[in-house]
Amino acid sequence: MGAAVDIKLKIKRKDSSDSSFYWEEFNIPFRKNMNVISALMEIQKNPVNANGEKVRSVAWEYNCLEEVCGACSMRINGKVRQACSTLVDRLEQPIHLEPMETFPVEKDLVVNRDRMFSALKKIKGWIPIDGTYALGAGPLISSDVQQEAYKYSTCMTCGCCLDACPNVNSSLPFIGPQALGQTKYFNMHPTGAQQKNDRLSVMIGEEGLANCGNSQNCVQVCPKEIPLTTAIAELNKDANRFALWSWLKR
Amino acid sequence: MQTNTVAPLSNSRRFVLTRLHSLAGLIPLGLFLIQHLMGNALAILGSEKYDEHIQFMLNLPFLLLLEIGFIAIPLLFHAIYGIYLSFISKPNAHVYKYKRNISFLLQRVTGIITFIFVIYHVWALRISPVISGNEINHQVVGEHLANPVMMIFYMAGVLSTTYHFTNGISTALITWGLTIGPSSQKTVRNLCFGLFIILTVLGLGSLISFVS
Repeated sequence: MGAAVDIKLKIKRKDSSDSSFYWEEFNIPFRKNMNVISALMEIQKNPVNANGEKVRSVAWEYNCLEEVCGACSMRINGKVRQACSTLVDRLEQPIHLEPMETFPVEKDLVVNRDRMFSALKKIKGWIPIDGTYALGAGPLISSDVQQEAYKYSTCMTCGCCLDACPNVNSSLPFIGPQALGQTKYFNMHPTGAQQKNDRLSVMIGEEGLANCGNSQNCVQVCPKEIPLTTAIAELNKDANRFALWSWLKR
Repeated sequence: MQTNTVAPLSNSRRFVLTRLHSLAGLIPLGLFLIQHLMGNALAILGSEKYDEHIQFMLNLPFLLLLEIGFIAIPLLFHAIYGIYLSFISKPNAHVYKYKRNISFLLQRVTGIITFIFVIYHVWALRISPVISGNEINHQVVGEHLANPVMMIFYMAGVLSTTYHFTNGISTALITWGLTIGPSSQKTVRNLCFGLFIILTVLGLGSLISFVS
């Protein structure tokens, strides 16, 4: 290999949650198989920008480095994805890194993903197994259903689907595709189904399915390839019936 | 005592409005659109057939009731709620250039173009002739369309209406939980594109026949 190649990075930065955004450029040496995380680590090692000024090193989040934790989601050249599974040599340069602005931006590329965790509380994203006596073994689940449920279980709350959705924004109360996928997941479990109506009543509420505009970006950007739009269509079917029957029963 | 199985009351106003919005677009407006395009296509067969059809439509019993209940009310509701829906979304088709996402943007753009077109069209060829007592026939429509600017406006109106309707069918089937998986959704999308071509050819053909 020849001389060291430089990687140009353009990062949208923010010093604190209440300050304003600014762009900063960095040139870092290229290594083979470098991903966006290792590029950011280079800046951490030597926080000098393209003008040669020493600056505060860039803040971002990461844990697993293998696309299972969901912490390193960011907009890379405009599109939201995981920084760990994005190889630098497959990107057009300068590489633009931006935080997921659908979420409150805390610092540089770090965002607050709380809304997704509170969404899981709203939809009761759990299987109730606590009782005052032993409840015994749960019902058997066929392997077909297990296979289908497995896809939804891989959701890592990374937030890509919310960031790419044109209807997750400040003017809409939308709970977001992640919570819809998880609603389908917990509803399809035979024990979880005991709370199906609770979850469906969130689905027909202000924050629910009504906000989906069928742009179907969620399923395109999901790093775990979760069939979110299938979940949404199935929930539409269940929620329409639920809404109609609960009105007729009133 | 609150138990796990009692569903809490939720405010489902938005949910009901979106379902009614979908239903209004499909049943009254969609059926009327097909009927209207078919009726106008009689112009291709000649002015006599067309004028006969206009007379038939004008002589329908309870016409005003039909026009208000079956067309005007669903149309105004669908349009006004649709404009609200268009302006609260933040289209991002310039970044995420996926087919469905581009359709998402086009659905909103064509909705607004269609509404502007329909307001003008209803005024010019339905309300204003009633007020002034003028008869509508093949010749009057032909004169209306003789101006090339007007012709282009009508062509754009027809094109955006047929796109909005046919793309709307494919998303309505998702909204009503019929097409669940990606493959069935794709098949329906292709069928709807076929319908789009048919309705567009029918609509544009009728328009051209008025001036040729």
